[in-house]
Amino acid sequence: MMQVISLLLENKPGALMRVTGLLTQRGYNIESLTVARTHDPELSRMTIVVDVDAALRQQVIKQMNRLINVLQATDLTDLPAVVRELVLVRIRTTMESRTAVLKEAEIFGGRVVDSSTEGYAIEATGDPEKLNEFVDVMRSYGEIEVTRSGALAIGLEAKKLRLQPPVPTKAVTAQKV
Amino acid sequence: MSTLMNGARMLLECLAREGVECIFGYPGGVTLPLYDALYEHPIRHVLVRHEENAAFAAEGFARATGKVGVCCATSGPGATNLTTGLVDAMMDSIPIVAITGQVSSRLIGSDAFQEADTFGITRSCTKHNYLVKRLEDLAQTVHEAFYVAATGRPGPVLVDITKDVLQGQGHYQPVTAIHLPGYKVFTEGHTGQIRRAAQMIQEAERPLVYAGGGIIAAGAAAELREFVERIDAPAVTTLMGLGALPSEHPNFISMPGMHGSYAANMAMTESDVLIALGVRFDDRVTGRLAAFAPHAKVIHVDIDPAEIGKNRAPDVPIVGDVKRVLAKLNKLLAESPESTSETVTAARRAWWRRVRAWKEEHPLRPVTSETEIKPQHLMAEIDRLSGGEAIVASDVGQHQMWAAQLVRFNAPRLWLNSGGLGSMGFGLPAAIGAQFARPGKLVFALVGDGGFQMSIPELGTISSNGLPIKIVVMNNGYLGMVRQWQELFYNNRLCAVELDCFPDAAKLAGAYGFTGRTIESPRELRAALEEAVSTPGPYLLNVKVSPSECVYPMVPAGAGIHEMVLGPPQPVAVPSR
Ligand SMILES: Cc1ncc(C[n+]2csc(CCOP(=O)(O)OP(=O)(O)O)c2C)c(N)n1
Ligand SMILES: [Mg+2]
Repeated sequence: MMQVISLLLENKPGALMRVTGLLTQRGYNIESLTVARTHDPELSRMTIVVDVDAALRQQVIKQMNRLINVLQATDLTDLPAVVRELVLVRIRTTMESRTAVLKEAEIFGGRVVDSSTEGYAIEATGDPEKLNEFVDVMRSYGEIEVTRSGALAIGLEAKKLRLQPPVPTKAVTAQKV
Repeated sequence: MSTLMNGARMLLECLAREGVECIFGYPGGVTLPLYDALYEHPIRHVLVRHEENAAFAAEGFARATGKVGVCCATSGPGATNLTTGLVDAMMDSIPIVAITGQVSSRLIGSDAFQEADTFGITRSCTKHNYLVKRLEDLAQTVHEAFYVAATGRPGPVLVDITKDVLQGQGHYQPVTAIHLPGYKVFTEGHTGQIRRAAQMIQEAERPLVYAGGGIIAAGAAAELREFVERIDAPAVTTLMGLGALPSEHPNFISMPGMHGSYAANMAMTESDVLIALGVRFDDRVTGRLAAFAPHAKVIHVDIDPAEIGKNRAPDVPIVGDVKRVLAKLNKLLAESPESTSETVTAARRAWWRRVRAWKEEHPLRPVTSETEIKPQHLMAEIDRLSGGEAIVASDVGQHQMWAAQLVRFNAPRLWLNSGGLGSMGFGLPAAIGAQFARPGKLVFALVGDGGFQMSIPELGTISSNGLPIKIVVMNNGYLGMVRQWQELFYNNRLCAVELDCFPDAAKLAGAYGFTGRTIESPRELRAALEEAVSTPGPYLLNVKVSPSECVYPMVPAGAGIHEMVLGPPQPVAVPSR
């Protein structure tokens, strides 16, 4: 089963590489990864979906928490959480299939974001598995191109964030040479 | 307003404010501004002969003192040459700061001359690393690097600085605070868990203290000793923890693990409460995990939460600074009345009888011979000269294991070795760092004939700085440890382990301007070692020992640590070619 990891980390160069390095070092393939700034521009929120051996999951989380740039890494796999994804589908349509495609898209809550004689571009959001079905259905109507955002997750229980306050430097007290 | 200075001068300002007196390094194109600033700066720069050895020397300095060691290298090949030392420091939790030059910021990514992605390459070799592309970030970054290296679980931190930053002009702005919101340093330890630990210890019938490098890193030797004496339990220290408890302490039953003592491994296996202090249940200690300490409840104290439960799930996990946790435990144990239960007291007495019996059954005893110098004999003589007081910087191989078994260390920071990474070529440069840190101290570089040949260039550093290091080569004519595995596990099909050429020690040392000598008779051994120590300045003593000796006890790979092989299976012929 996939592990869903949510991280809050400093928005600094190299931070992403440190986190993914812990996974690639072990030869794990990252299924999806999203990262973007939070309301605080100094921080980013990252969601990783990755297939980690059950026995090593806790260890991986601990090692992520150990990273200097990581404020908090949480395993959301078994916690109450909302997981969502965005998919963009470009589909070629024929005159006959256009209405049917629209109907199907509606069932999945899809929204047409571009329309031309060639076809549509449709966006849909939702549970990643639901989106798989959506993509399958679209494919049954013709040639498609798909881009997915990867899973975004948010835990539904607040977790206490333990942050280190600023520490005065030794250099302040040290003598100047 | 402070004076205007360039980035290189500002870097030195930062180092000086961190209390740095000496850095080990090697110059190059992009670090020219740094060396120009060093020209008139009180910080001492020690020119090593290879950047890998700059990192090892910085480690030697740090291991011998507990202070942050500093090394520096130029971009490209200079930086890549540092990496083994960085990983070494990472594995053994040694605080060093590495400064590397980088090509100018506008050239990064253009395959410029001597460009390498140092920041990327060293990501996994360091506790943390930085790339500085703006002068205004320099001071904050350097101070942060020292803070990260020295606090929590110590480790190496690299600061890669572009040439334009080193050359840029600016003012040093004193850095007043380090703000790392995500850096979690756990110090205190959970009071409830410490209380549970105290109770578990008092009820233990077969307690064992298992202490490691964390005790030395935390400066907790005094607390450890008090603890061991208070509970009067037998104690083992790991390869990284030698000296954490004096080797002569009556409760000390030596090192556990692959080449550990019989008593230590049996006590591990039979204990009912294992008190693990600043250790990480390394595979070289535990052997087959499923068979490790099968009857024991485990109390595990470590400052790094990621170590707790990594290899062995503890019954009482305590995340904290082992010095503070031990102090609290000692206080609790002193306050609460002794466990009066007669069963416990009787069981403890019986436990000590068993432990003593194991110790007597198979002691770690030096072997000697009339005709050849046995490696163990050499270690016993070094031990005699040291009396538990000298610094011994060891290389990696059989000699390292024999020294760990047979040389006493009565204080922390005397036994310096590459424990986690096992990097050959560590011993000699580490001795250099240690001798700079402790100028008046007797420092042995104890190396194999293989590892020594990885370090020969550093004889130049030793000679030009007049370092009175006593280099002792345990010369068995082989890459002995690999030969041992080929002999025992690959049908003695020796391949690529023979060192049939070794330089004439007298000529080699002579070429570098100091004294060297080769001996091979056991009768000469004591006097030759004494001469090495009493001769002022450096000394190279090449000791030819019997070639076919194997290190015992030995726990074969995949076996439980109680399944030790105590001696050679049958007489082994010396292979000839
Ligand atoms: C850099 C490096 N390369 C290879 C090894 C593998 N290795 C471990 S011990 C050893 C033999 C060391 O030979 P020597 O220095 O003569 O010491 P001895 O074991 O004979 O005491 C080797 C090759 C290593 N530990 N480090
Ligand atoms: Mg050898």
